[in-house]
Amino acid sequence: MAGSSIRNLASGREILISAGSGGVGKTTTAAAVATMAAATLGLKVLVITVDPARRLANAMGLEQFGNVESRVPDEAFQGAGVRPTGELWAAMLDTKESWDDLVRRHAPDAQTRDAILANPLYANISSRFVQSHDYVAMERLYEIHSSGRYDLIVVDTPPTRNALDFLDAPQRMADFFSSRLLRWLIAPSRSRVLTFASKPFYTVADRILGSQFLQDIAEFFILFQTMYDGFVERSEAVSRLLASDDTSFIVVSTLEVSPAREAKYFLAELNKRNYDVGALVLNKTLPSTLTDQASTVTAHDLVEHGAERAEPLGEALGLEQDRQALLGRMLPELGENFLRFQLVAGREAEERDRLAVGAGTVASVPYFTEDITDIAGLVRLGKRLWDENPA
Amino acid sequence: MDIPLLDRRLLFVTGKGGVGKTSVASALALLGARQGKRTLVCEVDAKGNLADFYGVGPLEFAPTEVQPNLYAMAMNTEESLREYLKLQLKLPLLARLGPVAKMFDFVATAAPGVKEILTVGKIAYEVRERNYDLVVVDASASGHVVGQLASPVALGELISVGVVQAQTAWMIDLLKDPATTGVVVVATPEEMPVNETLELVGRLGTETEIDLAAVVANRVLPELFGRAEQELFDELATAVRGADQPVAQPKVASGSGATTLAGLDGVVEAAELAVGLRRSRVPHLKRLRAGLPEGVPLLNLPMLFIRTHGTRATHAIAGLLEDELV
Repeated sequence: MAGSSIRNLASGREILISAGSGGVGKTTTAAAVATMAAATLGLKVLVITVDPARRLANAMGLEQFGNVESRVPDEAFQGAGVRPTGELWAAMLDTKESWDDLVRRHAPDAQTRDAILANPLYANISSRFVQSHDYVAMERLYEIHSSGRYDLIVVDTPPTRNALDFLDAPQRMADFFSSRLLRWLIAPSRSRVLTFASKPFYTVADRILGSQFLQDIAEFFILFQTMYDGFVERSEAVSRLLASDDTSFIVVSTLEVSPAREAKYFLAELNKRNYDVGALVLNKTLPSTLTDQASTVTAHDLVEHGAERAEPLGEALGLEQDRQALLGRMLPELGENFLRFQLVAGREAEERDRLAVGAGTVASVPYFTEDITDIAGLVRLGKRLWDENPA
Repeated sequence: MDIPLLDRRLLFVTGKGGVGKTSVASALALLGARQGKRTLVCEVDAKGNLADFYGVGPLEFAPTEVQPNLYAMAMNTEESLREYLKLQLKLPLLARLGPVAKMFDFVATAAPGVKEILTVGKIAYEVRERNYDLVVVDASASGHVVGQLASPVALGELISVGVVQAQTAWMIDLLKDPATTGVVVVATPEEMPVNETLELVGRLGTETEIDLAAVVANRVLPELFGRAEQELFDELATAVRGADQPVAQPKVASGSGATTLAGLDGVVEAAELAVGLRRSRVPHLKRLRAGLPEGVPLLNLPMLFIRTHGTRATHAIAGLLEDELV
């Protein structure tokens, strides 16, 4: 992977998927990569985000448009002093709306479509069905990709309980609709063969859930069954797309213990499935000066002899007596603060080495002390990602 | 209101992913156990992180004692169903039939609220039976937790007959009693976690009847300087930047750069980082405080530098929580 960079990934791939555990900066990373690709590579780029911070959503015009793809106006780039050579588009993923779209597309006729959309269980299932969100994200990606409307699509993955869920969602959906049990459940009651296995099931199900509820479920699935072929076909196509050369993953993490552990697991799973991991982005990393040997010695010295050191330093600063005394009280604290952060930086350095195995490019992004709330902020972050040297 | 946190018997701990939900849940449970309560801590999302906070191997559905007085378990809806069938319906034989549980798992996947009710039901059962003095739940992240907590109501409405209907009623009573049950939301003083917390607090009020017991502000950074100190530090920082860097200067025997301005650059940079991080978080902390309903305690936990994981950190956080709860 030598010579690789996120810039090259954005140039060469059609789909980049930003993945990682919650709270590590997945959304911002995806937005920054898309912004840079639109600004500097002349590409028509779409970023599909899931749950952006409100001010960032505002900056990208997502507040008004939501599920609909909308273009980020060139003027939004002015604050960054950039004239985009391409186009930046953005869309937010609305699970319910996307499911409705899906039903409209796959339903065999208007009557079935309306019956499904009006079914009380449908609303519940489409918004709460396990992996429903993940499935819809992948489905939407496939639909947009095959429409050929964009040069590059950057996807921010949903905050899942398990970062891998969305990878398996298409397959699981296909399994779900082709399962024997579902067929049995929705078969007309008279033709149901009460086998040894199914009889106690039905008895217990009836006793616990009530037959009316079971009936409701069955009816819902009878309607859904009509869309079976469309679903399975789609699911398989999405799986192929994820594994294709057009797609690469950007794994995002911080170097804190829990996110790093999840990222490591995620990297291993992606490799196992032969999905391409183009880059590892490490967010909120501490500056390397914190592990500097000379500064460490200085910090220890300040902790022990801060009051004495205030003398020559106070002189160099031209301080009055009382402020020199204040400095004397501050210096040990400065030393201790350095050592506190150094401990964290050391831990992070170790974590970084463990993670870097198995990823193409490794990019580190420092702690930004300001929230990223506009295109200028995204460009600033994007430049860090772009110019980072390969590991 | 004003019911002391650990006087309740059931606490759901939630928050946005990555804010330290599990570390707070594990510490709260440990604190309860240290105060002499027979305590159960239950992990709901099968991520397997909770075990790390007590330095033990993977947790199972059957609770194991991980510290004196403290029992830990991992939720498993299939096991929960088996137990339910065995205890409630006196159907031990059926519970042992593999395919039944498998089919139920399938229905549970398809039917809304079934998985959630098996989770909440098992937990509520332990509370009702008074098997423990305190049950702490490392619950789902803020995006999912409302659905989980509202599941008895939702399911009760959806299924108008049957055993489930009868079962949801007592669960609802137990959950909505503030003397028994409370939610603890964990946030870090950053934009998204605070947004999500305030949103969740609103939804808990409108979509459930469950009491918000406390909000925890995690990883709060200490103030490094007062005003006079900050001014002096700014002078120092400017001078350090302006000073000639001792590029090829050989290290003296003492090795310390503390006698020259230039030698302080690393130390100054670390202080600027601490100040900058704190400053960026202050407005979010204020926003969090201002957005909470009156009477809801806001507990502050400092950023931990030494150890953030493992038994040692959990004990440290339990101690910090104890101080905050006084």
